[in-house]
Amino acid sequence: MSPRDIRCEEVIEQLFDYLDRELDEEMQHRIERHIEHCRDCFTRAEFEKRLRRRLGETSRVAAPESLHRRLREVMESF
Amino acid sequence: MPATDSHRSRSVAEQRRFFAREVERLTDRLYGTALRLTRDPDEAQDVVAEAVAKAWSRLDELRDRAQFEGWLFRILNNTFISLLRRRRCRQDRETGLETEGEEQPVTGFSLFEQLHQPFLLWWGTPQDQVLDSLLLDDIERALDDLPEPYRLVVVLVEVQGYSYREVSEMLALPLGTIRSRLSRARSQLQAALWECAQDAGLVYGPCPTNHGGGE
Ligand SMILES: [Zn+2]
Repeated sequence: MSPRDIRCEEVIEQLFDYLDRELDEEMQHRIERHIEHCRDCFTRAEFEKRLRRRLGETSRVAAPESLHRRLREVMESF
Repeated sequence: MPATDSHRSRSVAEQRRFFAREVERLTDRLYGTALRLTRDPDEAQDVVAEAVAKAWSRLDELRDRAQFEGWLFRILNNTFISLLRRRRCRQDRETGLETEGEEQPVTGFSLFEQLHQPFLLWWGTPQDQVLDSLLLDDIERALDDLPEPYRLVVVLVEVQGYSYREVSEMLALPLGTIRSRLSRARSQLQAALWECAQDAGLVYGPCPTNHGGGE
């Protein structure tokens, strides 16, 4: 099976499904192989992954001390 | 007394210690997630506190302690979703979770395609560098500015990593709706980030001030 058994356009079309692991195993595997060998699609996939990491950063914050206190109070009332 | 792994054999005091330790460990992440969902620091704290209280009252539903984290985050998300529903009952249903009629395909906007152009590369701004240069505040704003139903699916899928099916169950919406919202959400989000990148002077396109004016 050649990595070219799937075209770049098809890869790009399904890229988010691939990144979200929503494809069936065979398609997941075909895209993975394509990306390993195709520089353009690899670059694109890395970009989308990087963007996702940056989105994830927005939820990485320290909770305010007031919340820690409040939760301790809530838990003491159990 | 021999320690067994069954729930019944655990003392309430031990359960409480376990629960408190886990909640303490997860508080930052619970808050961060709630903040992206609610966009409001006070409301985020309320949602976390409510979720923690609910979790304690249902602790006997948790079969396996190793699943605690996923279980607690699910309660957090459900707490927020119930809050949305309650609020929506009072408002009109225009932006409701159940809004239909969005099945038509989107012409997706891709940040990558905007950035990955010969003239931009020629100016020495590879697309990854642009992403890294965007301020966290800008990314946050782009995310927070999405219409609520779109923001919700992005936070659940992209930030928290749920599968489409899990999200569809959580929101009681068809899988197709989740998919279409997600692609709209991504398209809008990437378009907003493109604007940010332009405003911040991270890219030098042929028409740098394209928004706001006419043709
Ligand atoms: Zn390719």
